[in-house]
Amino acid sequence: MPVKDYIRERFFPHIWCSGCGHGIILNNMLRAVEELDMDKSDIVMVSGIGCSARISGYVDFHTLHTLHGRALAFATGVKMSQPKLKLMVPMGDGDALAIGGNHFIHAARRNIDMTAIVMNNRIYGMTGGQFSPLSGYGTLATTAPYSNIDHNFDVVALAQAAGASFVARTTTFHARQITDLIKQAIEHRGFSVIEILSQCPTYFSRKNNMGGQIEMMEWYKNNTTRIGSKAKQENPQLIERGIFVQRDMPEYCDEYDKVIEAAQK
Amino acid sequence: MPDLVKFIQGNQVVVEAALYAGLDFYAGYPITPSTEITEHMATRLPQIGGKFLQMEDEISSICAIIGASLTGHKVLTATSGPGYSLMQEGLGYAIMAEIPCVIVNVQRGGPSTGLPTGPSQGDVSQARHGTHGDHAIIVMTASNHQDIFEITVEAFNLAETYRTPVILLFDEVVGHMREKIILPEKGKLPLVERLRTSVKKGVDYHPYLPREDGRLPMSDFGSEHRYNVTGLAHDMWGFPTSNPGVVHGLMHHLVDKINNRVYTIEKHKEYYLEDARTILISYGASARSALHVVESRRRRGERLGLLELQTLWPFPFGMIREKCENARYVVVVEMNMGQILEPVKMSLPPDKVFLINRVDGVFITPTDIRNMLRIIHGKGV
Ligand SMILES: Cc1ncc(C[n+]2csc(CCOP(=O)(O)OP(=O)(O)O)c2C)c(N)n1
Ligand code: SF4
Repeated sequence: MPVKDYIRERFFPHIWCSGCGHGIILNNMLRAVEELDMDKSDIVMVSGIGCSARISGYVDFHTLHTLHGRALAFATGVKMSQPKLKLMVPMGDGDALAIGGNHFIHAARRNIDMTAIVMNNRIYGMTGGQFSPLSGYGTLATTAPYSNIDHNFDVVALAQAAGASFVARTTTFHARQITDLIKQAIEHRGFSVIEILSQCPTYFSRKNNMGGQIEMMEWYKNNTTRIGSKAKQENPQLIERGIFVQRDMPEYCDEYDKVIEAAQK
Repeated sequence: MPDLVKFIQGNQVVVEAALYAGLDFYAGYPITPSTEITEHMATRLPQIGGKFLQMEDEISSICAIIGASLTGHKVLTATSGPGYSLMQEGLGYAIMAEIPCVIVNVQRGGPSTGLPTGPSQGDVSQARHGTHGDHAIIVMTASNHQDIFEITVEAFNLAETYRTPVILLFDEVVGHMREKIILPEKGKLPLVERLRTSVKKGVDYHPYLPREDGRLPMSDFGSEHRYNVTGLAHDMWGFPTSNPGVVHGLMHHLVDKINNRVYTIEKHKEYYLEDARTILISYGASARSALHVVESRRRRGERLGLLELQTLWPFPFGMIREKCENARYVVVVEMNMGQILEPVKMSLPPDKVFLINRVDGVFITPTDIRNMLRIIHGKGV
């Protein structure tokens, strides 16, 4: 099926700035769905609020555009009430880990089957460039005009510690890897997290003198490496890409089926 | 199954009534004095093959039930003051996106953590105005277990009929009290089921286009129609818009579908109103004491009546005006600082409206009411 069959053309043009990384994620996400040959009616995409969260409006699945930070909580209700549905939950970094941080760790802890995609541009895009819990120490933002003193979460370590059974990371420069990781995450039974570094040329890179889209993509290329690569050993500053966690663990809806069985005995 | 007589807590009645209405999904977070609802749901739901979720907080609880409602299930969450405050954003979402759901608030004393085990009716105004933005809301209550059962079933019916959240505002007294109840036989109380669209696969479905009768047929997530649901102002496809004409229509639709139907939605009970010179207006546990006073005074020939409200919002201004027209004294009895007194004063000449209340975490007794009535009637203390 061509990609255009997965989008709602009626609702274009999209709201994203030119050069925004979120469009690349959308594109490769749809490619993953296509390559898996999924039925559009089996997919529910739940998103919160932010530039990233607008992604749900553009795709021809069942789409639920919810509240800032709460996408995973809504998704939990959808999944538990109808476990046959496939849940995809794209979130901004603020959405997922500031206001939504609690839901993030609890969804991971339950290991409920859904694919959480953190579209990490290290800034609050929609509200105009405030720092997020992923901006990191020393960055600049409209609310950190002198230099950010907040340290960032490591999404991978956080997700792993909270109990996610599939955890991966890539960037918008590595488009093919986005598709590949999303495919594996969807096929994984349990809570999967993919962090995708995504450029916000309008706020993050401008504020931090990191150039535009091209320079940011180059930055992703030069500052990331495959998990366990030789480059990483030589330069520990590099950010690793790939699958960090992939483990078989009891899934929450399956576990609840056992509760039903016990209650009906 | 025939009618079943039970002697149980009000909170448990809510659970049995919800199951009777067809509930099969619950998400909640424990809080006094509503915790027993969450506990009983955990036991009862898997027995019928339903789903129970203990969420990480009340914010996620209301979000989870909204998600489950969209797949076609009847859903409920229960909480008390602090948790109800946390739910306000989700409540607004359910109003805006027109998601049927029922939210129970078993009230405790507030503000803040307040009096966790103290009876209060302090959330009446919040239930009306709590979430931000212009909106209408249905809020119902009851004073005894039989009524709790019927009102809870009615809440589900209204939620489905109007595609809206419905608030059940109970209080610590009725929630924790044990009392006899007859659980009605299946089929005895009418149930409203989800209205689903008849639009065929492949034909454009408009989830937010009301039919002529004002109802909006739904389509379950997972079935053949794929559409967008959002808390942003939206058009008939559910897609965000800021077109003033569309937004104007949406706002009026959301408010009018409830406020223009006060007479259909509204429920109340009347006791000795015909010739009453003094009418007590009360609701929830306070109405129990009020009824006690009215019945004992009637036996002494005093012309006292009780109007027990079961629908608090939309407020039945017209009904109050009509019923209280000939009364000399109208006395609102409630456990707050006059939250129903206000709209009653808007319905009637304010100089004949009085308040008897308690806000100290102690149940308002018949003696409290009798003493205050003496003052109102000019008989001294
Ligand atoms: C309860 C609440 N608080 C604040 C906001 C305002 N708000 C909207 S989006 C956003 C942050 C968006 O940043 P992020 O989640 O990182 O996504 P991005 O826009 O960068 O893609 C904020 C703070 C809101 N909508 N709701
Ligand atoms: S503000 Fe940033 S995140 Fe938002 S659309 Fe523009 S580039 Fe993308």
